[in-house]
Amino acid sequence: MNTTNTMKFTYYPGCSVTGMNKAYDVSTRSTAKALGVVLEELDDWNCCGASAYMSVHEKRAFVLCARNLALAEKDNRDMVTICNGCYVVLSKANKYMAANPELNADIQKALAAGGMSYNGGVRVRHFLDVVVNDVGEEAVRRRTSKPLAGLSVAPYYGCQIGRPSGEIDDAEDPQMMDKLIGWLGGRSVPFPLKAKCCGGMMMTTRPKIGRDLTGKILKCAKDQGADCIITACPLCQINLEAFQDTISRKSGTDCQIPVLYFTQLMATAFGLDEPAVALKDCLTPVEAMFAQKGI
Amino acid sequence: MAGIKGSSLSEEFLEHVHQLPQGKSIDKCIQCGTCSGSCPTSSAMEYSPREVIAALRAGMLDRVLRSNTIWFCTSCYYCTVRCPAKIPFTDVMYELKRLGIKHKIYPRKDTNAVMSKAFTDVVSKYGRNAETELVKKYYLRSNPFKVLGQLKLVMKMLSRHRVDFFPHRISGIENLRRMIAAAQENGER
Ligand code: SF4
Ligand code: SF4
Repeated sequence: MNTTNTMKFTYYPGCSVTGMNKAYDVSTRSTAKALGVVLEELDDWNCCGASAYMSVHEKRAFVLCARNLALAEKDNRDMVTICNGCYVVLSKANKYMAANPELNADIQKALAAGGMSYNGGVRVRHFLDVVVNDVGEEAVRRRTSKPLAGLSVAPYYGCQIGRPSGEIDDAEDPQMMDKLIGWLGGRSVPFPLKAKCCGGMMMTTRPKIGRDLTGKILKCAKDQGADCIITACPLCQINLEAFQDTISRKSGTDCQIPVLYFTQLMATAFGLDEPAVALKDCLTPVEAMFAQKGI
Repeated sequence: MAGIKGSSLSEEFLEHVHQLPQGKSIDKCIQCGTCSGSCPTSSAMEYSPREVIAALRAGMLDRVLRSNTIWFCTSCYYCTVRCPAKIPFTDVMYELKRLGIKHKIYPRKDTNAVMSKAFTDVVSKYGRNAETELVKKYYLRSNPFKVLGQLKLVMKMLSRHRVDFFPHRISGIENLRRMIAAAQENGER
């Protein structure tokens, strides 16, 4: 937990929100500001070493993590991520370095070659956790000026937010977004596939498998009567929003449903305008949905 | 790849797995199949997660490495949270990917392996991922014609200003490269 009065964090955006998924970065910054949370971007951060890198070189992936953590340690604050992949790999580096002195020594040696060191003092957080557990219900409700009345939302957490360790939420049935939707005045629908895998990179590397996994999630949300799906990870977001046409065509079932980031949903309920909500970036008819619901 | 026996692979592999947090629990697998039942991609895998451990015990890891199995793992951690023996199975899959790459036993054409290699190349160059370059590298090395199927999506992304053509190189890239080189000197894994 932060010890100071103002909520101030080191912010680690991650590669995927600098390109295709800028809307997530934009809406994170604007909602943080609206909630009085200060996010200070980590200077000259590098790739976190996520799954695809970890699959080829473990130690090098941990070095990538450790450089970010070492940079952050100077400021002595928790580091906030918004991508599930970054979140899980950066926390993992902390845990594995602490558990394995040999690994830790190797990583320290590598850091030293670049004139850095890391003492294990940076706690890695997810922005969703900060909003729900640090900012909390009262402040979110107070800030909500346009309650999402009549809106049914399917919260899609993806796989890596509550797993492997279930530190911030239940590994099988996470609740953070469910709560948040309620605070924003909407209704969260029971969503059995909320923590199932979207297929990650499979959508590109094995499209049939990717479409199958993502299609099930989209269909489940529709079957549960949701008006839209919210996500907390750029890769989940792309998989769920960008391939609905093909999935619907190939599976013969209608899988069209608006998909947006939980931060965009918050920004809307907070009454923020463009460009702070970044709804213009959505590939699905999110704006039309809000208009139809009179929000 | 000749000369490496499945049994010596098993030995090398177990040595690494035993060093992981909770890694020793791999010896306690009861072959219950909870991992396979929970895995989103096991139905498409040539060896299911449970069978991976059976193959390890039978000294047949080389067959697993040659199959599509480990490259179909999306790191969703379902097996890990559900395994009654508390085996960190996702890490087991990571170890296998690295073992296969180290001994050059992996399906060369496997698109997931190609993607992982392309990703590490882009990150080594810039210190960060660069989507446009990653996609370019990936399709060039796998199947350039497949990119045509994505044109409609690319146009849509372009119209939303969601394509970033200019990779960003971190300013500490030299410094990062020195760290990576030092990590390699200490024995790569
Ligand atoms: S769930 Fe665990 S104990 Fe059961 S088969 Fe899989 S690895 Fe073995
Ligand atoms: S982490 Fe990999 S092996 Fe385990 S359930 Fe997920 S995809 Fe399957």
